Amino acid sequence: MPEAHAPGTEYLRVTDLHAFYGEAHILHGMDFVVNRGECVSLLGRNGAGRTTTLRAILGLTGRRSGSIMLNGREAIGMASHRIARLGVGYCPEERGIYASLSAEENLLLPPVVASGGMSLEALYAMFPNLAERRASQGSRLSGGEQQMLAIARVLRTGARLLLLDEITEGLAPVIVEKLGEVIRRLREADYTIVLVEQNFRFAMPLADRHYVVERGRVAEVVGKGEVEGRMEMLHEYLGV
Amino acid sequence: MFELLGITPQGLVAQLLVGLINGSFYAMLSLGLAIIFGLLNIINFSHGAQYMLGAFAAWIGATQLGAWIGNPEFSIGYWPALVLSPLLIGASGIVIERTMLRRLYHLDPLYGLLLTFGLALVIEGMFRHWYGISGENYEVPESLTGAFRLEGIGLALPKYRLWVVAASLAVCFASWVFIERTKLGAYLRAGTENPALLQAFGVNVPLLITAAYGYGVALAAFAGVLAAPIFQVSPLMGSNLIIVVFAVVVIGGMGSIMGSIVTGIGLGLIEGLTKVFYAQASDVVVFVIMAIVLLLRPAGLFGRET
Ligand SMILES: Nc1ncnc2c1ncn2[C@@H]1O[C@H](COP(=O)(O)OP(=O)(O)O)[C@@H](O)[C@H]1O
Ligand SMILES: [Mg+2]
Repeated sequence: MPEAHAPGTEYLRVTDLHAFYGEAHILHGMDFVVNRGECVSLLGRNGAGRTTTLRAILGLTGRRSGSIMLNGREAIGMASHRIARLGVGYCPEERGIYASLSAEENLLLPPVVASGGMSLEALYAMFPNLAERRASQGSRLSGGEQQMLAIARVLRTGARLLLLDEITEGLAPVIVEKLGEVIRRLREADYTIVLVEQNFRFAMPLADRHYVVERGRVAEVVGKGEVEGRMEMLHEYLGV
Repeated sequence: MFELLGITPQGLVAQLLVGLINGSFYAMLSLGLAIIFGLLNIINFSHGAQYMLGAFAAWIGATQLGAWIGNPEFSIGYWPALVLSPLLIGASGIVIERTMLRRLYHLDPLYGLLLTFGLALVIEGMFRHWYGISGENYEVPESLTGAFRLEGIGLALPKYRLWVVAASLAVCFASWVFIERTKLGAYLRAGTENPALLQAFGVNVPLLITAAYGYGVALAAFAGVLAAPIFQVSPLMGSNLIIVVFAVVVIGGMGSIMGSIVTGIGLGLIEGLTKVFYAQASDVVVFVIMAIVLLLRPAGLFGRET
């Protein structure tokens, strides 16, 4: 139960996480911590291993080792569906909207994993576009609508930890702005968020801490207040 | 006009009914194959053997079981068999999925195909060894004997055959509604598209896969019981039928639920019509259609082009 944890308690701790796809060794000892109610970002160049980190947390890679403490439980040996039931919501990089399901069926698809999720009405109020498109096939939605749907879909389930992978990728500036607003509201509602981003300018004002990922491990940690002073280093790592 | 072609209306209606019955079996079997293919990604080559097992389970229950348990009076009638046989054979499918198929999911789907093909050979071989290939009779249940007579055109429609068409249409339609309209059906469709993500949402996908295989196999066994009073119950009844059913699946499009139902019925009817107009071609017409469809639309009539 999230209620049992005082603010500031750690919600996700990844320690020495290694992950493989077949024989390919992708993660080489990821370490990071997210406290309850925090938003942290994983920054890095394409291919650094950020998506793989989220997938490894959910048990979607091949072999993995190390430790993933989720809300006080060790998840490294669990099957994906059990990990999700610890209260993890996942928005994959490719958005993962099911083409053969309608928008509303997509929205209702993930099982409720804890009480306290948002109602359908609240979600439609948050994303009015989705309400209009509820009967459309998943394949007919625009990129922006798909992204809204992918986020809305995990807010219904009561998951308190959100793993969001490149949610701004390929979207128009107005939609990116709207997504920033959504993240801010989720933070106020005490969600715990891991934001994988290419778009540093999007992540900068939202995250409490930035982890710079390079070749499958954390190379640098930058607190919110330190960003200005370490801009040069960030530019170097991110190649922006 | 009919006379000109040497065709009587009675002959036409009779062949259409035969076509409709065959089409019902094609539909039920290819529906099961489509569900299984959707989630397991393998073509279940033991489907024909499992259809045969369904028929044999009913026949054994009716004629052999009493003697086996030392009470010759005891026998399981058609109606209980219609429920018990699919349950029993479906459960055996679940055991096969849990103990064998499950180990192959990380390999090329070809391995699943080979395993199920091997299982079909083993099952059919055992039954040939025990019961020979001559075939056994299974009585039409008493309540469905006789025929409706259409005096106007001097035609008799056997009640049992009408029941088979009605029952299989009902089962196919109910399966479709279940898959399209329920939460579990949505899981099934999502699991067909992207099972890893579905599991990452918290759905127990391995269990869903087991259930899908069990259901597909139970559907085959149900078709087997329906078939028992029409065809001879024989170890080879499945392998004769399943070849046409595979062609139906290819024509309809691998894994499409509605596609497999519509194509199954449609091809049964086309086969029936071919018997009326050009009987020599009736055995090959399905394969000719398959070749044409593969040339023009390789994903099948209802399949998604990728
Ligand atoms: N399914 C896969 N099989 C093999 N290698 C993969 C797979 N997915 C990603 N990789 C490799 O893992 C590395 C990290 O990729 P990824 O985690 O997607 O990086 P990021 O999200 O930071 O851009 C890359 O070198 C990529 O080529
Ligand atoms: Mg990525």
